[in-house]
Amino acid sequence: MATIGILIETEDGIVKDTNFGVLTAARGQGDGTIIALMMDGPADSAKDVLGKYGAHRVVQVSIDGADRGASPDLKARALAAAIEKYSLDALLGLASAQGRDIFARLAAFMDLPLASDCMAVDLAAKTVKKSHFSGKTFATIKMSGSVMLCAMRPNAIDAVEAPADATVETFPASVQDPGLVKVVEVNKEAADKVDLTEAGVIVTGGRPIASADNYNILSECARLLGGTIGASRAAVDAGFAPHAMQVGQTGKTVSPRLYIGCGLSGSVQHFAGMKTSKVIVAINTDKDAPIFEKCDYGIVGDLFEVVPVLTEVLKEKL
Amino acid sequence: MQIYVCVKHVPDTAANIKIVGENGFDDAGCKFIANPYDEYAVEQAVQLVEKNGGEVIVVTVGKAAAAATIRAAMAMGAHRGILVTVESQFLDSRTTAQALKAAIEQDGKPDIIFTGKGAVDSEGFQTMYRLAQAMGLPVVNEINRLALGDGKATVGHEIGGGAREVLEVSLPCVLGTTKGLNEPRYPKFPDIMKAKKKEIKTLAIADLGVSVDGARSELVKLEKVPERTGAKMLGGDVRQAVEALVKILKEEEKVI
Repeated sequence: MATIGILIETEDGIVKDTNFGVLTAARGQGDGTIIALMMDGPADSAKDVLGKYGAHRVVQVSIDGADRGASPDLKARALAAAIEKYSLDALLGLASAQGRDIFARLAAFMDLPLASDCMAVDLAAKTVKKSHFSGKTFATIKMSGSVMLCAMRPNAIDAVEAPADATVETFPASVQDPGLVKVVEVNKEAADKVDLTEAGVIVTGGRPIASADNYNILSECARLLGGTIGASRAAVDAGFAPHAMQVGQTGKTVSPRLYIGCGLSGSVQHFAGMKTSKVIVAINTDKDAPIFEKCDYGIVGDLFEVVPVLTEVLKEKL
Repeated sequence: MQIYVCVKHVPDTAANIKIVGENGFDDAGCKFIANPYDEYAVEQAVQLVEKNGGEVIVVTVGKAAAAATIRAAMAMGAHRGILVTVESQFLDSRTTAQALKAAIEQDGKPDIIFTGKGAVDSEGFQTMYRLAQAMGLPVVNEINRLALGDGKATVGHEIGGGAREVLEVSLPCVLGTTKGLNEPRYPKFPDIMKAKKKEIKTLAIADLGVSVDGARSELVKLEKVPERTGAKMLGGDVRQAVEALVKILKEEEKVI
């Protein structure tokens, strides 16, 4: 029986919804024990919600006499200590910006195999399935090593509840910071939106959006859907949106349940970043736009006319 | 400054990938480019050397054809190149990191090693971390801000949802670059011609004492991602089309 660790990510002390898909993936691996590891955020208050998705044990990982925020290497070493303490066969987590970083530090430090941005995992076969060649192919990667490290693409696996009675415990890790990387400042001022890579719904505007202000039209629609807004490379390069909003190659890879592309042509580079979305809707004035060949539902029309009507209809129907 | 830039020769993202056998692809029939994220790394290195003096050395691990990507970096201003040749189409990140380490240490003493934030072919996002660990150096990935001073690098990167983090590392260090750090230059024709005369040192991976047997991961299968076959178009006037869409998303797809 496998013992599977899950690195839980929190936002302002709340367990992010995207963790539940990772827990569901871990549960699909036979009758293993699932240990949720929390580096930050209170384990006590997270116990119920993690138990709901099948976590058996919730472990608060603390670091003796150190500020956890001090260094990403210190966090990775604390996780390494937890892997040894609980004899984990695998550690799963999210391939968010922070998740990708800590998993890579951990893999390098422990000299373990890592697959980042996984779509599926099979611990018995020691394989993962992940995007390769900019989303054009899936690769099955076979791992060798005592522990498998898998950072899962957020939203790749639908969360399914399976209540378990989770227990809570604390693990004080005795680890030292190698002193190589120092965090000087964390600025969350600009972080007022749902994180693009983890959003369940994304409404994206291409170059026809024509100005930064016009994204407000999309924001209102996205807000009603509980999602966030994105931008194409052309819109970012034209200065209408910051790079943080860019979806596609040289931007972010996303996998929401609903992706609404407004004024997008449908380039290969854009699709590299969003083609694993569950449902893709396109709105474009050009009925021959390539995006209509590659999406699920299409409306031929001007985004400035269609999106406000969509917002209106959503207000009525949701 | 002695700056090393690790680059990768990758299939053009717009190229059609033809899968051969279980886990190979037709690389002879496919256009290759320099990994797009590596261009920010090359540009940064060239700018630093233009300002502070020194040398930019481009290092890559790949098939012999990867020399083209070294030439592309040279046309942007890199001075020399090192090509570590391998036979296989896919090399795991651990082996690649060992080869890069050996090639760099054999060549000189780095002040900074730049890489792209990840490669668009294997999408592994880990080689720079393994390289840094093997060399005992600090590493920060996905940087889009950089300032140097007092033997230190202050770097900035995004940590999700628009939040930003500023970190400090001592030189030498390994830094993975992404969009926003700079605007990579388009080489002019004379620079492309000049690049053809620059030196590329070519070594086989075995010459560096690195064995490909230490791989921790292996690509065992490649398959095409199923493509959508075309949209269901929703007609009528705007209101009718939108109402039809909302009904489908709510009742059939159940995504809202």
